[in-house]
Amino acid sequence: MNSMIYKRKAPLMIFLVPAFLFLAVYLYYPFIQNIINTFLKIGGLGRSAEGFNEPWYDNYQRLFTDPYMKTALKNTLLLTLCTIVFQVGIALILALLVDTIRVGAQFFRTVYFFPIVISATALGLMFNLIFLYKGGMVNQLLLSLGKLPYEVKPSGKMIVQWLDWKDQAHFLFTMFMPVMWQYVGFYFVILVTGLNNISPDLYEAAALDGADGWKRTRYITLPLLRNVLCTCLVLAITGALKVFDLPWVMFGPGMPENQGWLTGTYMYDQTFNRMNVDYGSTIAVLIVVLGVVLSNVANRVFRPSEDI
Amino acid sequence: MQNGKNRAVRGVTYLVLSLWALTTIYPFIWVILNSFRKKGLILSDSFSLPLGEAFTFDNYLVAWQRADFKNAYLNSFLISGTVTVFVVIIAGLAAYGLVRYRFPGRSLLYSLIMAGMMFPVFSTIIPVFRLEVMMHIAGTGNRWLSLLAVILPQIAGNLCFAIIILMGFIQSVPIDLEESAYLDGCNVFQIYFHIIIPAAKSSFATVAIFAFLWSYNDLFTQSFFLRYPHERAITGLLNEISSQAGVNYGLMASSVVLVVIPVLVVYICLQKHIIKGLTAGAIKG
Repeated sequence: MNSMIYKRKAPLMIFLVPAFLFLAVYLYYPFIQNIINTFLKIGGLGRSAEGFNEPWYDNYQRLFTDPYMKTALKNTLLLTLCTIVFQVGIALILALLVDTIRVGAQFFRTVYFFPIVISATALGLMFNLIFLYKGGMVNQLLLSLGKLPYEVKPSGKMIVQWLDWKDQAHFLFTMFMPVMWQYVGFYFVILVTGLNNISPDLYEAAALDGADGWKRTRYITLPLLRNVLCTCLVLAITGALKVFDLPWVMFGPGMPENQGWLTGTYMYDQTFNRMNVDYGSTIAVLIVVLGVVLSNVANRVFRPSEDI
Repeated sequence: MQNGKNRAVRGVTYLVLSLWALTTIYPFIWVILNSFRKKGLILSDSFSLPLGEAFTFDNYLVAWQRADFKNAYLNSFLISGTVTVFVVIIAGLAAYGLVRYRFPGRSLLYSLIMAGMMFPVFSTIIPVFRLEVMMHIAGTGNRWLSLLAVILPQIAGNLCFAIIILMGFIQSVPIDLEESAYLDGCNVFQIYFHIIIPAAKSSFATVAIFAFLWSYNDLFTQSFFLRYPHERAITGLLNEISSQAGVNYGLMASSVVLVVIPVLVVYICLQKHIIKGLTAGAIKG
C-alpha cells in the first residue's frame, strides 16, 4: 500500500480527528476513569470517592477469591465457546448454502437477520413465554408429543409434571440458546456480504479447471473468506463476553441459586443493585482484559498476513 | 445421473435453509397469535388459531391505554436516526484514513479501536453520566437535552464496530481505481466520495442498519438517561410494561408485538436497499 496518493498526510487529520475526539471523550476517558475507580472506595452511584481502598488492590484480591465470580467466568467462557462453534458455524453453513441458490435467497437473508432487529427486552419476554414452566410453548409441545408424564385425576383434572427449563439441569441451555439463536443472522449477513465480494471470475476459472462444489468451497471460497471469518470470530468473542440483557430479562440476578451468573450480569448486579460501584468497575476491567487476550489469540491463529 | 444428484443437493439445501427460517419466524407468529387470544387460554392451548370465542382485541386496547406508545416511538426514532447518520459519516472517514494511510501510531490507533469494541457499556457509563451532568446535558428534565445525552455516548459506542467493519471492506477495494482517479486529478476527498463510498456502499448500508438497531434496542443507556415519562423511548416502555404485567401473558404478548411490528416494517424497507447495495458491486466491473 505505497501509493503516492497517500504520501501527503495533511488530509489525514480530517479523516481521523472527529472519530477519535468522540472516542476520547465518550469511551477512553470514561474507561480510564473506570480503571481508577477500581482502586477507590465508592459508596454509591454518582457519589464521589471516599479515598483509596485498603489495601488499594483490594478489589482485585476479591475478584480472585469470589466464588460467584468463578461461576460467572466459567459460564461466560462456555458461552464464548458455544458462540464460536454454533453461532459462527451455523452462520457459515447457512451463508455458503444461500450462496448456491438463486430463488429465495433474498427471503432467507431477510428472515435470518430478523431476530437481531428485535430488542432483547422483547425477546426476553418472548422466551419467557416460550419456556414458561406451566403451559409454555415448549412444554405444551412436549406434552402433546407425549414426552411429559401426567396423570388424570378421577375428577377429570389433569396433573402434568411440567419440565422446569430454568432449573439447575436445564438453565444453561435455556440461557444460551436464545443468545446464540438471535445473532446467527448477524454473522450470516457479514459472511454473505463477504461472499458477494468474491469475484465470479475466480469461480469461472475454477470451473474451467474442473473444480466444483466442495472443492470450490474448500480452495477458493474459504481462503478468500478468511479475513471476514476472522472479523466474525473477534466480534463473537467480544460479543459473548459482554452479553447482558437477554439473560438478565430472562433470569434476573444469578438464577438459579447463584449458578447462572455471567460476567455481564454479575457486574451489573454488583454495580446497580448492590452499589459496589468500585467492585463492578473491577469486573468490567476483567471483561475487557479477557476480550483483548482472547481476540488477540484468535487473530494470531486465524488472521492471514496482511500482504496477501 | 448428475442431474438427479444436483436436484437432491438442491432439495437438501432448501430443506436446511427452511428449517432455520422456521426457527426465526415461528416464535414471532406464535406470539402474534397469542396476542389475540383471551387471557386464560394461552396456558392451555397456544397453538391453535385464536378464532371465535378465543379471539380478543383486548390485549392491545389495554397496552395502548396503559402506555404512551406514540411519544416513545418518536423519541426512539429521533435518537436512533441521529446516531445512525453520525456513525456512518464519522466512521467512514476514520476507516478510510486508517486503511489507506501509513503513519506512525497507526497500529496503536487500530489497537485502541479493537479495545474500544470490548468496553462493555456499563464500564463507561458511570463516568459518562458524571461528565454529562457537569456539561448540563443529563438530568435536566429537558426532553431534547436528555435525548442528546443518550445520543452522544451511543455514537461513541457504535463507532468502533463501524470502523472495523468498514476497514475490512475498504481494504478489499482495489487501489488501482484510486490511482487512476488520482492521475485524472482527483484529490483524496474526491476519491473518498466518488470511489470509496460507491465501492463499499453495501458495507455502509450494513453499518447504518446495525447502528440504528443497536441504538433502538439499547435498554441500558436509555434507562440511565431517560428518567421522566415524556422522555421514555420504546424499549424502556416495554421494560416498564413487562415489570407491571405480572401473569397477564396476553398483555405481554401484545406489547411485544406493538414494539416489534414497526421495526419489522422499517427493516423490510431497508433490507431491499442492503441487498441492492450488496449486488451492485462496483468492484466486479
